[in-house]
Amino acid sequence: MRFGIVVFPGSNCEQDCYYAAHLIGEQVSYIWHHETNLNGYDCIILPGGFSYGDYLRTGAVAKFSPVMDALVTFAEKGGLVIGICNGFQILLESGLLPGAMLRNKGLKFICKYVNVKVENTSTPFTTKTLRGEVLRIPIAHNEGNYYAEAGVLEDMNKNGQIILRYCDPHGDVTEEWNPNGSIENIAGITNKEGNVLGLMPHPERAMEEILGSEDGRKIFESIVSATSK
Amino acid sequence: MYKAKVYVTLKEGILDPQGAIIGKALDSLGYKNVGNVRVGKFIQLELEGTDKSKLNKQVDEMSHRLLSNPVIESYTFELGEE
Repeated sequence: MRFGIVVFPGSNCEQDCYYAAHLIGEQVSYIWHHETNLNGYDCIILPGGFSYGDYLRTGAVAKFSPVMDALVTFAEKGGLVIGICNGFQILLESGLLPGAMLRNKGLKFICKYVNVKVENTSTPFTTKTLRGEVLRIPIAHNEGNYYAEAGVLEDMNKNGQIILRYCDPHGDVTEEWNPNGSIENIAGITNKEGNVLGLMPHPERAMEEILGSEDGRKIFESIVSATSK
Repeated sequence: MYKAKVYVTLKEGILDPQGAIIGKALDSLGYKNVGNVRVGKFIQLELEGTDKSKLNKQVDEMSHRLLSNPVIESYTFELGEE
């Protein structure tokens, strides 16, 4: 399979994503944000970073990049899209995912390992995980305080769109282990169709035990499994 | 030449930690009568054109599409001749 990594001005996690895809033996290439042809890719990654300097709001300017129209079409056709950190923020701004991102409750940039509980294992991004499994993956963000209106949240819960929640090491979802104040401890969600994932933790930074955790592999390997069917 | 002044604020009911901290700081400075504090953005735009109602519509559209995120923010604006 082939991963494509969109590079916006200000992206800074594209090389980590490239390395991660390469590490699991898959093809991967960069896609400059001016490109409009996404043929030949099985999964598009919107990497982390500070696209357009995070000016105005995180992801607010990136949503108007030429590649985004092609990405919407790609997603509508069922292609897999994963937005990590700033990539998640861009997916929210572009309307591919519901809700919006607010500044962290503590007003600080947080860079540390967190625990996230897998709530739905039937998405293309989580088939290699177990229901209720706790993944240890790092976060690094200033705007990860996810928000959605009550009605939207209710729908997302009903449809199994909430994929990851911040939790303690045993999988208990508590306020104490919520790093940024996100509503219902949300760390990652999909769209209704389940083929677009946005998450704040960085799975591409948790690919090797020597670097602290290889739990991120499970997400990448799920994608490979889903696209090779 | 017209000038638009756009004010973007978080919607009612959405937690504004920045505003809360400023409120606390003002309180500690002795301003005990300060209630809820909300922080927003002020964006000033120069616009070419002469048809005010058309410009009004344009500023509204721009505020909705880019300057604010309707999920969490609301906006108001003033449009005047320079």
